[in-house]
Amino acid sequence: MERIKLTIDGTPVEVEAGTTILEAAQKIGVHIPTLCYHPELRLEGACRICVVEVEGMRNLVASCVYPAANNMVIKTNSEAVRRARKTVVELLIANHPQDCLVCSRHGECELQNLSRQLGIRKVRFEGAKRDLQLDESSHSIVRDPNKCILCGRCVRVCEQTQAVNAIGVANRGSASIVTTPFNHGLADGPCVGCGQCINVCPVAALREKDDTERVWDALHNAKAHVVVQVAPAVRAALGEEFGMRSGSLVTGKLVTALRKLGFDQVFDTQFAADVTIMEEGYEFIDRLKKNENLPLITSCSPGWVGYCERFYPEMLPHVSSCKSPQQMFGALAKTYYAERAGISGSSIFSVSIMPCTAKKTEAARGEMQDSGYRDVDAVITTRELANMIREAGIDFANLPDSEFDLPMGMSTGAGTIFGVTGGVMEAALRTVAEVLDGKELLEVEFQQVRGFAGVREATVRIAGKNVRVAIANGLAQAKRLLESIKAGEAEYHFIEIMGCPGGCIGGGGQPLSTDPEIRMKRAAALYRQDMLKKVRKSHENPAVQELYRSFLGEPNSEKAHHLLHTHYQARSRY
Amino acid sequence: MAMDEKKCTGCSDCQNAKDPRYQELAQVIDEFRDMEGALIMVLHRAQEIFGYLPEDVQKIVAVELDLPLAEVYGVTTFYSYFSLKPRGKYRIAVCLGTACYVRGAAELVSAIEKQLNIKVNDTTSDGRFTLEVSRCIGACGLAPVMTVNDDVYGRLSPDKVPEILAKYQ
Repeated sequence: MERIKLTIDGTPVEVEAGTTILEAAQKIGVHIPTLCYHPELRLEGACRICVVEVEGMRNLVASCVYPAANNMVIKTNSEAVRRARKTVVELLIANHPQDCLVCSRHGECELQNLSRQLGIRKVRFEGAKRDLQLDESSHSIVRDPNKCILCGRCVRVCEQTQAVNAIGVANRGSASIVTTPFNHGLADGPCVGCGQCINVCPVAALREKDDTERVWDALHNAKAHVVVQVAPAVRAALGEEFGMRSGSLVTGKLVTALRKLGFDQVFDTQFAADVTIMEEGYEFIDRLKKNENLPLITSCSPGWVGYCERFYPEMLPHVSSCKSPQQMFGALAKTYYAERAGISGSSIFSVSIMPCTAKKTEAARGEMQDSGYRDVDAVITTRELANMIREAGIDFANLPDSEFDLPMGMSTGAGTIFGVTGGVMEAALRTVAEVLDGKELLEVEFQQVRGFAGVREATVRIAGKNVRVAIANGLAQAKRLLESIKAGEAEYHFIEIMGCPGGCIGGGGQPLSTDPEIRMKRAAALYRQDMLKKVRKSHENPAVQELYRSFLGEPNSEKAHHLLHTHYQARSRY
Repeated sequence: MAMDEKKCTGCSDCQNAKDPRYQELAQVIDEFRDMEGALIMVLHRAQEIFGYLPEDVQKIVAVELDLPLAEVYGVTTFYSYFSLKPRGKYRIAVCLGTACYVRGAAELVSAIEKQLNIKVNDTTSDGRFTLEVSRCIGACGLAPVMTVNDDVYGRLSPDKVPEILAKYQ
């Protein structure tokens, strides 16, 4: 590889050919501000915040797209650069609503940060303000085009990372707008509610539909018995909202905080994840024995299920009929738990805390009321929970630990790793291998299915048979995997697909972060928790065994089917 | 054959099948399908066929060319040539290029708006005229100019408007 030598702010730096000026600067710790740039997305070079001065060139260049060249002498902080950057930010602010004090991104806004960083104290321009309608059609995501600064990061993540293309740039010049086709709203098109657009939006133009008021109402209602479930990925990320190091595992503090907020029972989605392994594991064993409808594809991720319904309806028969852990929990809370607690399902208000925005849409699906009521009443994201904890004045980082309530708070390490790509596969293999081999599985860790590559495959030896498995994370990667299957290039028995990069730990409801390593740190936290668990196989969870003994009967029994399984339908993406 | 209303999804394929314009669209799409840049070519021809680009036509183009609808919509709203609204039989386009502008194109637009009782980008209620403005059409020597479909009129002033429009009544 050709090496290139250049000088940035007086410091010599050597990089590989093809490196951009921005990357070269980052290498020597020179921070160039950016806005439309995102390390994981295609370059756009649209916003001009990252301009720098290159000696001998007439105009400033956008460092995020401009390749470094031999003997370049670059200044990132000359007078011309400072003036240009400030002007760009001032022009953006001139068109931006000035309601920062009541904005959902207050304190977490990249435009606000830039303004502070560049020391902007006065905006010299008065720009036109738009008065466009909010798009509130989706259960998951709210679009506020008035706050959009047209960086295009959402459009790129929707296309490049998720292969959904729900939004695009329409019109031209000063009339340009990020919108859905014909302004019909997200609910009308291919949007699956994954929320990756929210995670990359620098401002509040995209945000989750806020359901915290409904949860507060339930908590303040003396007649409601409010139960809560928490997804695995939440405990590996919530600490970030309270200044804790990323990758902190905050399970015990989380439970304490939920009790302080006033939830009557604090349960764990991981319990339902263990139940999912029982149902899906036996579904897989059944299909494997009959050799029909293979590969079996997991159904835990509503972003993936929504994608399959819209883009690959012909693959729906392969998708497990199992509800996701959230919905299994919901159906069991208003039946099994209600029965044991001697209360009516109608008096239960069931809340779930998820790293995911698509879960809001999933809970609202009409068929999700097998308990006789809406199975899950309200879904809030990790970020929304953090807002509630802050509003309640709880000093989260200094809370003591406490334990989940029983029985639906008991879980295994297998349930824990549901939150990371490859985790559902690994959890299923732990149970399937032991059931089919008929003897104790000594090595519970299936390292060959772990990792972060978009598509991974492995062969696992079970009961004298080679079981071919594949894992995809992120919907564009799922598309790649499905296309290879359709083209006959690959054959598998079992596939795990999660809609978001990294799995649920990288979900659209997680704390906003600019740390490119964030997903790995959160994943490491979940694997750590798995190792700390005494029981690491779902079928050995005593609370799950009791559930089957006293209530459901066998896995895939008629009652289990009624409460824990569902069906899918092809949906139009236009 | 009796129609089962319960099963109707409102896709309007049944009506489209009888409409020769949709058959022509299908032919155009087949003609360009595998070509690079097919989208723009197909949209061009589609607008010739339908006079504008209705929503269902854009959806058909997206489905048939296997493109995201958001991309098709991005293109149809980007180019001023494409129209998403039905247009009149006669399209008036007043040039607002620099030469025409300084020689009074704005007054020309006002005069036409007044006579037809519509605003720019609107169509008269009888469907006869649509008023648009255009970028420079390269006839600066005749400024100010306007076109009515393919006819070009130059060295205009507001008082010449009634006479020209009368030709198309």
